[in-house]
Amino acid sequence: MLKKISQRAALGAALAAGVLCTMPAHAGKTLDAIKARGQLVCGVNPSLPGFAAADSQGNWSGLDVDVCKAVAATVLSDASKIKWTPLNASQRFAVLQSGEIDMLSRNTTWTLTRDASLGLHFTGVTYYDGQGFMVPKKSKITSATKLKGATVCVQSGTTTEKNLNDYSKAMKLNMKPVVFDTQEATNKAYFAGRCQAYTTDASGLASVRNKEASNPDDHLILPELISKEPLGPSVRRGDDEFFAIVKWVVFALIEAEEYGITQANVDQMKSSTDPVVQRILGVSEDTGKLLGLDKDWAYRAIKAVGNYGEIFERNVGPKTTLKLPRGANNLWNKGGLMYAPPVR
Amino acid sequence: MTPSRPPPPKGRSWSWRSQAFRGVVYQVLALALLLAAAAYLLHNTFANMRLRGIQSGFGFILQPAGFAIGESLLPFDSSDSYLYSYVVGLSNTLRVALVGIVLATVLGTLIGIGRLSRNLLVRSLCGTYVEITRNVPLLLQLFIWYFILTELLPPIETAMHAGHFFFSKNGLQFPLPQWESGYGLTLAGLLVGAAGAWGWSRHAQRRREATGQALPVWLPGLLLTGVCGVVGWMVAGMPSEWDLPERTELNVVGGGSVTPEYLTVLFGLTIYTAGYIAEVVRAGIQSVPFGQHEAAAAIGLSRGQELRLVLLPQALRVIIPPITSQYLNLTKNSSLAVAVGYPDLVSISSTALNQTGRAIECIALVMACYLTLSLLTSAFMNFYNARSRLKDR
Repeated sequence: MLKKISQRAALGAALAAGVLCTMPAHAGKTLDAIKARGQLVCGVNPSLPGFAAADSQGNWSGLDVDVCKAVAATVLSDASKIKWTPLNASQRFAVLQSGEIDMLSRNTTWTLTRDASLGLHFTGVTYYDGQGFMVPKKSKITSATKLKGATVCVQSGTTTEKNLNDYSKAMKLNMKPVVFDTQEATNKAYFAGRCQAYTTDASGLASVRNKEASNPDDHLILPELISKEPLGPSVRRGDDEFFAIVKWVVFALIEAEEYGITQANVDQMKSSTDPVVQRILGVSEDTGKLLGLDKDWAYRAIKAVGNYGEIFERNVGPKTTLKLPRGANNLWNKGGLMYAPPVR
Repeated sequence: MTPSRPPPPKGRSWSWRSQAFRGVVYQVLALALLLAAAAYLLHNTFANMRLRGIQSGFGFILQPAGFAIGESLLPFDSSDSYLYSYVVGLSNTLRVALVGIVLATVLGTLIGIGRLSRNLLVRSLCGTYVEITRNVPLLLQLFIWYFILTELLPPIETAMHAGHFFFSKNGLQFPLPQWESGYGLTLAGLLVGAAGAWGWSRHAQRRREATGQALPVWLPGLLLTGVCGVVGWMVAGMPSEWDLPERTELNVVGGGSVTPEYLTVLFGLTIYTAGYIAEVVRAGIQSVPFGQHEAAAAIGLSRGQELRLVLLPQALRVIIPPITSQYLNLTKNSSLAVAVGYPDLVSISSTALNQTGRAIECIALVMACYLTLSLLTSAFMNFYNARSRLKDR
């Protein structure tokens, strides 16, 4: 009897010690953890073709996916060493905060509240978007101002609900939201005819229309954009080193487009005489050292996924099924908003 | 245990060999461990939140919510506070849970009785119902109902309608009497009538206890209530303004309405829980000794009277405790409503959580709400249980 008690007591003590002595999860050193693991853990949208979606073999592709691949190529020298974590809109921040993923690249809007109070940092903008509406063509609605009293399908956990309300109030439209917790449920309800309109970011509308509609031509994306939705990747706070890496990978992809470095010509460009190109590709200066990387960091990212323009054209551009115009996502010197601080 | 064992020593012994002393030590240790674990978890959470700059606190609940709620009994505007949005969410949860509890009880009781029917068809139909509803996950049942209501019903432009009732993918829209001061008198009339009916039933009971003569209770009671209501309505000048749903270019507006989301959750919860309640009722009735049935037959009660006067009142004592947990389950299961877009407490809370990022606070609020609901339900059911218990005299 006594033996049993002492065994139990020992077990209890061990448990208590185990619980009490564990330090709080350590922030920082994300880069070391990724290297030790040999894998980057990246949170993405489960099904938003063009931005993130897996094919039948489990290969992920999309604009958001390519950003993760570029980061993996930079820090691990291998764009395939990524563990993909598909996330709902309402799960994404908690998962990033708790350290289950290294970075979040999931068409996430950069807002003040998120940036300042959720324990994360946005690392830049990879797609300038705006919220829009989609309606069935047979409803003969051609403008969002005609959506008076309409029921609108929305996914919960997004900036969308608030924008919808702001617009509805400003235009006195009295729209009624029907809020679902997953994108699949929202899609189903809209295509079943439950709502007269579907609202989300315009790029998302194009993706949903293309993937889910039995005939994409039956649905019209209305011309009004009711909000600014700068979408970009984010990382956990408390690790400035990794924050800088993700930020500069994104900048390097944009800078590469500006200076004409592509996936195809990146090897030839190494012998370019342009000093800017030489700096980006680490031929003349070792910018990687400042980031805690080696001098080929940007070379590997471009080699893996191409420059920003190529990523755009391959995943969502006019030649893809999404047919999104370059618009605001063009380079700053071509009438767009994409402007990267110089790599130097 | 041997009868020769000495009684435990009186007074406190500080020896390790004293069972009482060891008991105290273990309890103190267990409590200390529990508190230490809780303190560690809390400290860890706050330390991590501070480290990452995650802001916390309940300060947000008085700020304007900024989102709209699709359907609610209480009027809600996006400039109202987060706190009020929780109240609206709670009202939506209650709206579906209370109606669901009433309907599930009625349906479940009928089916439970049906399972004991002498009619083979009724018996096996009720058995099939119970097996299907209990063995298909609730979430799946909700999806099925939602599919039926959104895919198969006509769009709003070609809504099925009978008079001013419209039934479409937008749900059910129906005329509502427009509130006028005259309805106050109608309501007062109904109340007076109901009070009269209650008085009559007391009288009938006393009469029966005194003389054994049974007076009709239900019909006169209902008649009295109805007549008083109509009299009140006529005194008020017969107000008859209705808020009628009307067809517009894009929609049907006006009148009262219930959305397909509400109907889905209501149907799903009612039908699922009724399956369990049916089993509880069946077991309760079967727990009444067979002699009671024979005795009822011997004094010439009909099958219906036997059920109503002999079996059910006795079965109730067995039924109430398990049925209480079914009510609690139904209320808590209503949180699945978020899957089909019904703005219940959980749905509203997840929107609030996402806009403010205060995960711990929002989830704590939801837990507090459900805990309060559950405790209130059990308190009421315990009270009812105490009342229907066998009285020791």
